[in-house]
Amino acid sequence: MQWFLEANSVGHKIALMVFAILLFAVVMGGILLAVDRPKRVPTWVVVAGFLGPTLALLLLGLVYPALETVRGSFYDRRGEEFIGFDNYVTVFTEDGFQTVLRNTVLWVVLVPVITTALGLVYAYLVDRTRFESLAKALVFLPMAISMVGAGVIWRFVYEFRPDQPGVNQIGLLNQALVLFGIEPQQFLIDAPSNTFYLIVVMIWIQAGFAMTVLSAAIKAIPDDVVEAARLDGVSGVQMFRYVTVPSIRPALVVVLTTVAIVTLKVFDIVRTMTGGNFATSVVANEFYTQAFRQFNFGLGAALAVLLFILVIPIIAYNVRQLRLSEEIR
Amino acid sequence: MTMRARGRRSALAGGLGVALLLTGCGADEIDGGDSGGGGAEAAEFELDCAPYEEFGDLEGETVNVYTSITDPEDQPHIDSYVPFEECTGVDVQYEGSREFEAQLVVRVQSGNAPDIAFIPQPGLLGTLVETGAVVPAPEQVEANVDEYWEESWKEYGSVDGTFYAAPLGANAKSFVWYSPSMFDEAGYEIPETWDDMIALSEEIAGTGAKPWCAGIGSGEATGWPATDWLEDVLLRTAGPEVYDQWVNHEIPFNDPRVVEALNTAGEILKNPEFVNGGLGEVQSIASTEFGDAGLPILDGSCWMHRQASFYQANWPEGTEVGPDGDVFAFPLPPIGDEGAPPVLGGGEFTAAFSEEPAVQAFQTFLSSPEWANIKAQTSGPGWVSANTGLDPENLESPIDQLAAEMFQDPDAVFRFDGSDLMPGEIGAGALWSELTSWIANDKSSEAVLTDVENAWPAS
Amino acid sequence: MTTTTPVMAPVPPGDRETGRPRRRAARARRRLSSPAASTIAVVIAVLWTVPTFGLLITSLRPELDIRRSGWWTFFTDPEFTLDNYNQVLYGGGTDFSTLFVNSLVITLPSVVIPITLALLAAYAFAWIKFRGRNVLFVAVFALQVVPIQVTLIPLLTLYVDGGLAGSFWTIWLSHSIFALPLAIFLLHNFMKDIPASLVEAARMDGAGHVRVFFQVLLPLLTPAIAAFGVFQFLWVWNDLLVALTFAGGAPDVVPLTVRLAEMVGTRGSDWYLLAAGAFVAMVVPLVVFLALQRYFVRGLLAGSVKG
Repeated sequence: MQWFLEANSVGHKIALMVFAILLFAVVMGGILLAVDRPKRVPTWVVVAGFLGPTLALLLLGLVYPALETVRGSFYDRRGEEFIGFDNYVTVFTEDGFQTVLRNTVLWVVLVPVITTALGLVYAYLVDRTRFESLAKALVFLPMAISMVGAGVIWRFVYEFRPDQPGVNQIGLLNQALVLFGIEPQQFLIDAPSNTFYLIVVMIWIQAGFAMTVLSAAIKAIPDDVVEAARLDGVSGVQMFRYVTVPSIRPALVVVLTTVAIVTLKVFDIVRTMTGGNFATSVVANEFYTQAFRQFNFGLGAALAVLLFILVIPIIAYNVRQLRLSEEIR
Repeated sequence: MTMRARGRRSALAGGLGVALLLTGCGADEIDGGDSGGGGAEAAEFELDCAPYEEFGDLEGETVNVYTSITDPEDQPHIDSYVPFEECTGVDVQYEGSREFEAQLVVRVQSGNAPDIAFIPQPGLLGTLVETGAVVPAPEQVEANVDEYWEESWKEYGSVDGTFYAAPLGANAKSFVWYSPSMFDEAGYEIPETWDDMIALSEEIAGTGAKPWCAGIGSGEATGWPATDWLEDVLLRTAGPEVYDQWVNHEIPFNDPRVVEALNTAGEILKNPEFVNGGLGEVQSIASTEFGDAGLPILDGSCWMHRQASFYQANWPEGTEVGPDGDVFAFPLPPIGDEGAPPVLGGGEFTAAFSEEPAVQAFQTFLSSPEWANIKAQTSGPGWVSANTGLDPENLESPIDQLAAEMFQDPDAVFRFDGSDLMPGEIGAGALWSELTSWIANDKSSEAVLTDVENAWPAS
Repeated sequence: MTTTTPVMAPVPPGDRETGRPRRRAARARRRLSSPAASTIAVVIAVLWTVPTFGLLITSLRPELDIRRSGWWTFFTDPEFTLDNYNQVLYGGGTDFSTLFVNSLVITLPSVVIPITLALLAAYAFAWIKFRGRNVLFVAVFALQVVPIQVTLIPLLTLYVDGGLAGSFWTIWLSHSIFALPLAIFLLHNFMKDIPASLVEAARMDGAGHVRVFFQVLLPLLTPAIAAFGVFQFLWVWNDLLVALTFAGGAPDVVPLTVRLAEMVGTRGSDWYLLAAGAFVAMVVPLVVFLALQRYFVRGLLAGSVKG
């Protein structure tokens, strides 16, 4: 037993890893073999074979904690006393919460839309050019950087130093302003524009995701369609608008949805760059602060539930898309 | 470790020399030799094993320590445990994390608590004690603390009258950093009273320079250096009794005396004539990282920077810290009556989550003056303890010696950093963000303190 | 995810094989002809690269310079040092190669397991008809919004009770769980757009679901798997929170990111070291992306030919 739990040499660790993957393969293979008896096995058994392990993991790892969170949101800070909707009342009456909510909406609307638009345009522009892989790698780069790294990078963009003799700017943006003879700005302090500067960071990170997914979708557009349009003499812009975009609509929905949900949950950027100060906080950051800094688990849970609620419109939109595509099929 | 640290240091010093020449800074001396930590081998220390024999045979036991102290300050800690490990055969496993506060609570709540945690805020200790996971300190530890610490320290390690956690390291916050050579050249004296200090500031401002530099940026914890300012001044204007009442919320947070103290701090921090040397307008205090805020002293664009003794770690390698060096610090002077300036400080406390004999033996070791002296020698500059059994001679850096003397001075009033004692939503929440807008948005002192008062938890 | 390749649908698969290579060639290198288009592409590429480039330069500058002047002054006043890298690689208590191995050992199963599970689940949602399918799918999809933080205490409690805490298993399991909703959502989207005729033809031949999955669908899914694999790889490789919580207290298990995060020092003031740290941590994911990038496209073509 010890062998499986404590690996402390390189060989041991790798052996353990291989063992884990093999174990997984054997278990899944066994399950699939067991259900692979066409016609004699009832459908539900097959479904259980395909879905069972996944659902079990999800119930344990996500559903149960989510339900606990909902329950916890009706209890006090230590989770001991039932206090009804008090936490929610606190959330909504708290000073400055309007700002937090407004910021969250800004993030969830702007980040997915701009990210997707940029990713799409870029993917389309560099598609099948000579420098395609280089061009894509450049935009993909930010995805490979950890959040901590991204924080440092943007610090060197937004950092403020006064415009005095003997003092050098160390933020790129302020250096640019100074070059043009403009006063350097406190990008991260002046509300409400500071929220937009934080949003830029998120877009910078996520654009690589949008670009990669959309580029693959563009490549999957059948050549006949493109060729036919070309023979009709459509211009590049028209092609983009009337052929490319409609053809990859489902991919666009996927990217928008995914980025929106990721954005809803993201708090590292706000936390590391402004700490939620200067009217830049978002719900996810408030949640983190309450639950893990103030140890007010009740209030933290209420904020997490608010996240669950905010995602409902996104789910509804996807359900509609799902229905539409079912109808087509 | 020793080898590595040394190699790195000399390489850095070399690079730095070039940099300084190029920027025309002209450092008198590039100090590459004896500044870093980990120089001494812990095995050299003699330790009397007798106190630990009463815990029985501990050979082969393991003690997990979880702390917020990370690289590079973790290695001196690990080294300082070696004599204990050799005495008892206990293996001490050290883990430091920057996410310590959040992670510790997660682990404790999940039943995965470490054996020992070094807790930097008494407020957090209270939270943990509430979960029922913290065990009271053994009698040997209590005896050590009674003997070697000023009594207020024991109170900070107690919750509701039960003593849980012995103090470990400490830092003195009431320091003003300055450049001895700049003061010398300009003929300025180190101010002994607050009024002298203001007069000196005005004199410097009269030359067109900004006397003070400050920065309260610290990522998610932005605002904490401002709380130290407020506490330091309140301790001076209103005295320790009012300070205690304020920390314990026995007087309103926005009591007129607190407003007065904040206004007094504002006479420096929000005075456009006085700040922010080398860093910009008043507002730039909010956006400057606290670690960078004192650096303008090095290039002469700032004269004074109020920050704790641990700030010495922030001076670039090669900066000489000392009364005749590039930078040094004087105690923040008292306001009004003469006498020793009060000391505001912070520190860590050793909380245990296990009653195993090995854990208790280790706790006893950590609370002993022997450990404090060993740790003083394994550490580089930037570590000090309020243990009165600590011999300041063992400390390497003059600023640490000064801090240790202040801790041991029976006349000096010591008070713990109030924001670490208050409930988390105040001390690590509302107060931080309100003081940040006090600077960033020029919010009035009354409004700031009233808003914190309103945020104080009901219970 | 790639593909969601909707669009294969309107075209019967048989027709596609013939014309493709020729037309592909004809279409190649046409788009960037417009100067406006090139300008936009170049501007985006530059905007996206400059901050990272600044980080690269920063990582090579001495500490004092980093704090006192902008990275672009490097070009007029080149001060170059590898000290930051030295300190990142050799400065910590743990041997760097150990951390590297840990990261790798954590990442591989955490990519393979959720993708396999998600593929099977996505297949069930797309091609097996059963009651409650859509409701279940939407429920799984909605689970994406559960923040990882709310799961930490319940999951860790379970692991502690099961005696698994502090081992690789908890990290593998946790990463797999957290990846599933998104993986299922993305792969399902791809899967449902594969022409029904292909699946039905196989079913007619008497193939069961397992055979349809492996023989018909899996080859078509290669690009989607490659793409999602890269993203999952990145997320796991760069993850800090999961490792911090579940590897807690076990130096044999902690990955690179944990060490990098500690590097900034107790009070976060050594942040300049992060520049070098970020680059060290970035190398592997970047190599993975570059290696698999070609593979997305190839897989796509190979898939359609087989189809």
